[in-house]
Amino acid sequence: MGEKKKKKVRTIKIDLDKCNGCRACEVICSAFHANPKYSSNNPARSRIRMIRDPMRDVYVPVYAGEYTPAECMGRDKYMIGEKEYDECSFCRAVCPSRDRFKEPDSGLPVKCDMCEGEEEPLCVKWCITGALTCEEREEEVEEGVDMKAMETGLGSLVDKYGLEKVAATVARMAQKG
Amino acid sequence: MRYGETGYNLEIDLTKGTIERVETDPKDTELHLGGLGTNAKILWDRVPAETDPFSPDNILIFSTGLLCSTPAPGANRTIVATYSPQTLFMAYSMMGGVFAPELKFAGYDKLIFRGKSPNLVYVWIHNDKVEIRDAGHLKGKGAVETQELIKKELNEPDAQVAAIGLAGENRVYMASIEQGRSSASRLGVGAVMGDKGIKAIAVRGTKDVNVARPAEFLQLCNEVLEYIKFREERPIPNVMTILQGLGSPQEMKHTDEKWHTENFMWGNARTRRKDFWNKEIEEKWEKTQLGARKRLISCYNCPMKCGAIISLPGVPTYMMKCFSKLTYTMAAYVEDLDFAFKIAQRATEYGVDGFSTPQTMAFAVELYDAGILTDKDFEGCPSDNEGRFYWLLDRIARREGIGDILADGTYWAAKKIGKGAEAYAHNNIKKHEQLPLKLGMLNPVYFLMYCTGEKMNITQIEGQFPQSPFVTMEEREEFIKDWTQVPDEKFKQYVLDWEIRGEKSNPYYPTPEIATEIVDWQEMMHFIDDALGVCAGLSSFPLKPPYHIHNYPKLISAATGVDMDEEKLKEIYRRNRNLVRAINVRRGLRRADEKPPEDHWKKRFPELEEKLLDTYYKFKGWNIDGIPTKETLQGLGLDYVAEDFLKRGILKDDEAAPDKGIAAETGKR
Repeated sequence: MGEKKKKKVRTIKIDLDKCNGCRACEVICSAFHANPKYSSNNPARSRIRMIRDPMRDVYVPVYAGEYTPAECMGRDKYMIGEKEYDECSFCRAVCPSRDRFKEPDSGLPVKCDMCEGEEEPLCVKWCITGALTCEEREEEVEEGVDMKAMETGLGSLVDKYGLEKVAATVARMAQKG
Repeated sequence: MRYGETGYNLEIDLTKGTIERVETDPKDTELHLGGLGTNAKILWDRVPAETDPFSPDNILIFSTGLLCSTPAPGANRTIVATYSPQTLFMAYSMMGGVFAPELKFAGYDKLIFRGKSPNLVYVWIHNDKVEIRDAGHLKGKGAVETQELIKKELNEPDAQVAAIGLAGENRVYMASIEQGRSSASRLGVGAVMGDKGIKAIAVRGTKDVNVARPAEFLQLCNEVLEYIKFREERPIPNVMTILQGLGSPQEMKHTDEKWHTENFMWGNARTRRKDFWNKEIEEKWEKTQLGARKRLISCYNCPMKCGAIISLPGVPTYMMKCFSKLTYTMAAYVEDLDFAFKIAQRATEYGVDGFSTPQTMAFAVELYDAGILTDKDFEGCPSDNEGRFYWLLDRIARREGIGDILADGTYWAAKKIGKGAEAYAHNNIKKHEQLPLKLGMLNPVYFLMYCTGEKMNITQIEGQFPQSPFVTMEEREEFIKDWTQVPDEKFKQYVLDWEIRGEKSNPYYPTPEIATEIVDWQEMMHFIDDALGVCAGLSSFPLKPPYHIHNYPKLISAATGVDMDEEKLKEIYRRNRNLVRAINVRRGLRRADEKPPEDHWKKRFPELEEKLLDTYYKFKGWNIDGIPTKETLQGLGLDYVAEDFLKRGILKDDEAAPDKGIAAETGKR
């Protein structure tokens, strides 16, 4: 069985209505992650990026998420109220279809680490309008293998291919080592 | 490694179509900091004194400030500099937004344009790639529209674009350069851009900008942010609403316009309407403004929200800030804020200055009412106030009919029209339209600023000292108790001593000596802001700002690694100030030009006014004609200016009789 550990989890709440498009978040994020710290800044390196289109009143801060090797086949467009947002507006992925969330020189993905070790994420600290706020909560996380997830996964394979085929495949894989 | 700055300028020769990336001399940064300071050096060095603003030899500079693109809040200003077709003196006009930061991230401190393009072009700067591209398909398009079209064309939604509209293309003297919610509006910089054939400049930058002492610099930036928060929670008591907070006048936020509508003049800076504001208008205007305003927006890395997205039914969306909310509607005597927002949209697309343009249109209406302009001049013009103003705006932007004459501004238009028109061009300083304000009693501090301000616009020299005395001693003591920004404690005493009436009141108090010190302080902060690229809204313009003479040297030291202290910074200010003055003196500026509009104050005091100027000139180290003396120039390392002045006879070795000066009307087309 796994150990139960207490972990501090941060959630950043983004209020689109409060955003004024100043991009201070991009400035301080890129400065904080410079090496040495604060020695330079460059919004292109920021882990948070503004999707900004004043003409359509679109102001969306988005945080860097996971890397994906392929673009989505189709994309989602959101209508909220009477406002239309671009496809990809809310997406956090480091994706081949765009430059966002990649270092401009190396092309490597950037990752938001919630400024772990700092009192609060720097973007939240520098967002004076309150569009970015941070909540911290403690969660009990079981360290070790999550058996339930594995069972669910296996169950779905069994549903799809049948128990015999799954068992045979596992046996063959075990032989190969 | 260069800190703060990139160390590179882009030199673009539009005649030849060449682009060069030129390394700058770090010595210039040490002597002048950057922005307006280094712009002045370039203009002095490279543009001959007699150059016509519309000559290919005139240079148009788009400059970042030294602190732009560092984390310093509000360090986002572009300082445009050239020669003004209207005043014939040096023109410098600033804009906020995101242009300067983007330019620096692309790797450049300045864009320097010389020559003229034979065809309409736009410039595309993407880090190391710089192209001059054909803009024929953008000819005649609005300034706002052009920005969107270029971003689409380049498929660069994150590019920042500065563009002119039809007015700039037609070399209207009131043409502006528009960029997002910001604009470089005054002194005809848009006309020079159009004259050179530049429709727009698009920039995208993804390089790093470095600072020398990172932890120290960030600490100072954090202190600035903390103070902004502190200050926003504590509006200054006992002053007008719009003077209580930080930022530029919060015209997009505030809906209470009693002060502006009842104290500023309507029409051609003509009528005061003391009882204008009432409950009905307040409710109506509030409804209009809140309905039109979609969101309050900021410039790059600034927490203030001075701008707004304006969206009205049937009218394309645009962005606005500051007093142009009211200037058109008041100039037209139209009491409808809906009209104000609608005509401002058209004006923004044309790309025109929101101070000069409505005044010029109101001037035309006055001339028509007086019979000086005729039915023929106004043929086709609607008869209602609103219609008339739309019609005049269209004529001016297109330089059609009477618009072609009006497009040169009230001074030149009046000269061309004659028949007594000159009496109606009554609100100019050095040929440039001023705020529509006509007051009662002379204010000695304001007198000096109006006379001598080299930007020729009061908002770019005023700010640090209260505009009028506090009524009670309690109010004064309240004001001075946390006034840390003063360069010297004596300024607190000046506030304590300044009365509403009696001996220690306008016009004789502040005394010429005290008024001089106050003006010098205010001007100093503006000049430092304009070299660093910091918005005056967080610095020189509001009372008790986050940036001031005490923290600026530390910020500059930490950013650049060059040790700076208050005395050294003051010296750099004086150097820049004298260099800008020298440029204008070389083009003919003299004491005779330094006066406010005749009717600016009802109560004038000729003897006191002479004394004020004498005292001020002496303090600045200028001779009786407003020309920097040899000693002053040499003391600031501006020996080359002194030499030039001696050669031209502007200064005499023995400092005897001042030179009469070339009339500033040379170089006419």
